[in-house]
Amino acid sequence: MSLLTLREFGVARHQCDVLRNVELTIDSGEMVGIIGPNGAGKTTLMRGALGLLAHRGESSLAAMTPRERGRAVAWMPQAREIAWPVDVETLVMLGRSPHMGLGRRPTKTDHDAVARALDRMDLTGLRSRTATQLSGGEQARVLIARALAQDTPLLMADEPIAGLDPAHQIATMQEFASLASEGRSVVVSLHDLGLAARHCTRLIVVDKGRVVADGTPVDVLTQELIRDTFGISAFVQTTPEGLVVQPMGVVP
Amino acid sequence: MRLAVTLIALVAVLFVAALVTGPADIGPFESLLALIAGGEGPMPLVMREIRLPRALLAVLIGGSLGLAGAAMQGYLRNPLADPGLIGVSGSAAFGAVLAIQTGLAAAFALGLPLAALGGALFGVFAVLVLAGPRGSSLTLILAGIAISALAGAFTSLVLNLAPNPFAANEIVFWMMGSLADRSMTHVWIALPLILAGALMLATLSRGLDALTLGEDAAEAMGISLRRLRLTLIFGTAAVVGASTAVAGAIGFVGLVVPHLLRPFVGSRPGALLWASTLGGAAMLLAADIAVRIILPARDLKLGVVTALVGAPLFLHLIYRTRRDGL
Repeated sequence: MSLLTLREFGVARHQCDVLRNVELTIDSGEMVGIIGPNGAGKTTLMRGALGLLAHRGESSLAAMTPRERGRAVAWMPQAREIAWPVDVETLVMLGRSPHMGLGRRPTKTDHDAVARALDRMDLTGLRSRTATQLSGGEQARVLIARALAQDTPLLMADEPIAGLDPAHQIATMQEFASLASEGRSVVVSLHDLGLAARHCTRLIVVDKGRVVADGTPVDVLTQELIRDTFGISAFVQTTPEGLVVQPMGVVP
Repeated sequence: MRLAVTLIALVAVLFVAALVTGPADIGPFESLLALIAGGEGPMPLVMREIRLPRALLAVLIGGSLGLAGAAMQGYLRNPLADPGLIGVSGSAAFGAVLAIQTGLAAAFALGLPLAALGGALFGVFAVLVLAGPRGSSLTLILAGIAISALAGAFTSLVLNLAPNPFAANEIVFWMMGSLADRSMTHVWIALPLILAGALMLATLSRGLDALTLGEDAAEAMGISLRRLRLTLIFGTAAVVGASTAVAGAIGFVGLVVPHLLRPFVGSRPGALLWASTLGGAAMLLAADIAVRIILPARDLKLGVVTALVGAPLFLHLIYRTRRDGL
């Protein structure tokens, strides 16, 4: 089942095309990585698809009512904002608000979803701590848990693993992959090509406002593409452990 | 839950205290009896026409300022935000000052509050035009500051051109804010607007909670930011405009009360709305009792007392925030 469809999709800002001619479909069970250099349009692609930016063409998510969209997709923006010193559990519970009626008493389903999300992000021990007093990486995990608690078929996250320690980077990517294996889909932007190669089932490469490649990591992450798009050389090899990509140096 | 009971009890006690406090020498039980039973003579008149409207207005206006302050702080995600920030109180005050200056206030009883409401309406309209229907909270703050500054400048101009010191005096005293000598008519002017505005602001609870995660995340969770912003502006304008029209400019309630109560609701901006409403009502009732007890012979102004109490309280809060290293 298609969770997101973009047709002839583009975003313009100040009469200047930031993103153009994007055609893509995200089906269920996919773990999609969006990669590309800084300023390529990764965030614009995601925010535009969500209907948070004025856009041209069609986006199945942007066409929904705000309430429907809140149940169809969870979005974790790049800016990790926690405005008030609320406790972790309260913050994660915010992810349940698209599911709650106006009476807004959390039901058992809501509490269960929050407990599951906290458990997935290894936060159960921190549940009653004040979110603003946690470290940056812990806050990032709390915000991922918030998005997980929303319990939507599609999860979109903008650089969710930036600033996490290696163990939590890998654990987070594995959690996303396990969501995908449960039949949900995850779309994440990231800069770590090694993690992208290892954990994603599909990679979409964005460069200068266009999608320049879209496919499995093995097909997409060739040395030519890495050189042309990122301007770096890389060690790329398929091993028994899977695809290994290690950036080596900047190509002059 | 315990907080709700405590605050409601506090408001109730202070409301009764406000009813039995005043220059007229009546015992507390006699006065309450006169209020309820009515009848002939000066006592029921004092209770029903002077003290009751005063206490009711303290509850309505204090609640309004507390609620609007909590909503504004929640929307801007800034504990220093104040309901006056969007320029409504400034432009309402200008409308009132104009009414005093032109003699409209003296010509008929409702001239002043109606002119103040007109000023508030004009201020809201100007802020909406300046800030645009979409756009971030930043444009709203900038528009509010611009309108506040402009209204303040016009108010100063009127004072500057006041024909005689008595007119200037009257304007200055009115601007300090007071609940003295208000009648039930003032209650009936303020009540519908405050109720309507408060209902609008009460619907923001969920949106403000979601805004804890930032505008982008809130919008993706199904909150229409555009609608939230319009509701906030109109709701604040209604409650603050009506309050200023009836009582003049009363500062610090909308700033200090939400700040003070925030730790008791776990910092949740939605829950802070009702807590702050009750807290604001309690603070203004207490301040209005203080006005009558401290200097009964001199007409001490309510806005002066709230500022005198509010500013040191605020300093203490800054000290506490610094100590917590936030």
